[in-house]
Amino acid sequence: MELIEKAKQLLETGAVKAVLGFEPGTHGGRRPAIVRRAERAARLVFDPGCAQNLASYVTRKEVKRLGRLAVTARPDTLRALLQLMAERQLREEDVLALAVDAGGQVVELETAQAMEEHLALEPKELPARDRELMDRLRRMTREERWAFWQKELSRCVKCYACRNSCPMCYCEHCTMDCNRPQWVPVPSHALGNLEYHMVRAMHLAGRCVECGDCGRACPVGIPVHLLTFNAEESVHAQFGQRAGASAKLDYALSTFRPDDKETFIR
Amino acid sequence: MADTYLLSNAGLDALFSAIRADGRRILAPTDPDGRSELNPVGTPAEVAKDYLQTTLSAKAVVFPKVERLLSYTLAPGQVELADAVPAAVPTVVFGIRPCEAGGFQALDAVFNWDTRDRFFNARMAALAVIGVGCTRRDDACFCTAVGGGPGATRGSDLLLTPMAEGYLAEVLTEKGRALQALAPDRFQPAAGVDKAALLVQVPPAFDQPALTARLPALFDSELWADQALRCVGCGACAYVCPTCVCFDIQEEADRQGGQRLRAWDSCGSRQFTLHASGHNPRDTQGQRWRQRIYHKFSIYPERYGMLGCVGCGKCTRACPVDMNLQEHLVEAAQA
Repeated sequence: MELIEKAKQLLETGAVKAVLGFEPGTHGGRRPAIVRRAERAARLVFDPGCAQNLASYVTRKEVKRLGRLAVTARPDTLRALLQLMAERQLREEDVLALAVDAGGQVVELETAQAMEEHLALEPKELPARDRELMDRLRRMTREERWAFWQKELSRCVKCYACRNSCPMCYCEHCTMDCNRPQWVPVPSHALGNLEYHMVRAMHLAGRCVECGDCGRACPVGIPVHLLTFNAEESVHAQFGQRAGASAKLDYALSTFRPDDKETFIR
Repeated sequence: MADTYLLSNAGLDALFSAIRADGRRILAPTDPDGRSELNPVGTPAEVAKDYLQTTLSAKAVVFPKVERLLSYTLAPGQVELADAVPAAVPTVVFGIRPCEAGGFQALDAVFNWDTRDRFFNARMAALAVIGVGCTRRDDACFCTAVGGGPGATRGSDLLLTPMAEGYLAEVLTEKGRALQALAPDRFQPAAGVDKAALLVQVPPAFDQPALTARLPALFDSELWADQALRCVGCGACAYVCPTCVCFDIQEEADRQGGQRLRAWDSCGSRQFTLHASGHNPRDTQGQRWRQRIYHKFSIYPERYGMLGCVGCGKCTRACPVDMNLQEHLVEAAQA
């Protein structure tokens, strides 16, 4: 069954209360669409332009309260849904993932296991452009890298588009918003920006599904996603674990195993 | 009626040199790595060739994302208080569009509404604006629906309209005349130039007065929550906006002293209206989105007699989930 037809059916039968998908947007682009009525399903599209990770919506209060959701899912979306389940932020029964195969047919992934199996078909590859920039950054001296990020982060206006677009940044009360006490400076001066992005990278180490939505969301074009990619890659190298691989995943950085590498002790 | 002249490309080169010789910096759109932003330039050749607008607006020139209002040092038994002096660098902003140039007036409405804000005013006094009219547009633009236009003069001291060669130059204000006086022989008499024919056409997208009249009755409509369902609640729209003027006051201090800072803030964020009690009068994104629309299209007209939107479309372009403002306004106007 094709996506529009499937979405209609799911909404008409009440199997789900809303379908998270994409619709045509400004400049011929694609944007998230949250479809609640079957007659609105005809707007849905699913093509390579649908880049966003819609898993960021399933933990939003306004969306969660709609009821059971169907989510049109690219592999990164599935990874994020699984990671949310691993972190007990999402129950298997509250979401139905809709993968779309090459022929445009919907594959319903009802369980975490089905999602895991579907994902196993496609190994995660970082986009070549990101890979190149990460390699370039790795080849830099520490001073050069520091200068690169200082320059980039000086552009940050602390709009939090990166945080708010991130499927794994679901905290109801983010550390950035704590003001009793104020842990991180609010203004986007050098220290405020640096602390924010460092805290974000650390909080996503071992949790980032490497969808790159934070970087896509940045209005001023800072490649912030490379910070979390790098943290994620580092956790993978140390612990052999990847976020989003399974709905049952113990968080690498808070789980001790006797065979953990201890290379950080020098 | 503005004084209208012809300014050749060589004339603009000369004007840039003269401005710099006058001790002023020139900020203009550049895009060396595909990011369109305002940066210091020396010559017109350094200005981006094919830009529509910069991502961030020129408001940062007069209302920076963070600035110090005062600082103090603490010693046993004494407090040493120091007022901050606004860093008002003599500046010419070149190449912003007529929509954005019009945005300064909306900032002025708030910064001089009651107390005259000396930081904003010092920077405005040190600023001259050379706007450049629009020969193209995109889907996000809707200046003509909000009283502007691709050749609108509001907010520019000098407005240049690109011609096949050089520019049609309108000298609009005292500051504009001062700029002209820096290279007077470069401004050649112009006659019979049809300015409108040089500009892109932007048909009005909606009936703004009707929308503004309609808004009070729509306050409790489901429309806002519906529209805001995909909004992720970030501040991108507010921070790129040339008229969004909300700020937060932050105190950063330790035992030796501290400083009071003013930083951009956004009504899209939950904390913007969160009370100390824990109650939040704008608890949902729908309520926050509605506030954004009402502030610009209902409260501004009521309080300041002008709109809080210039139709530049920066918010639409910056939004990670394409909350297209024009489209939402059209929908509201028809609701």
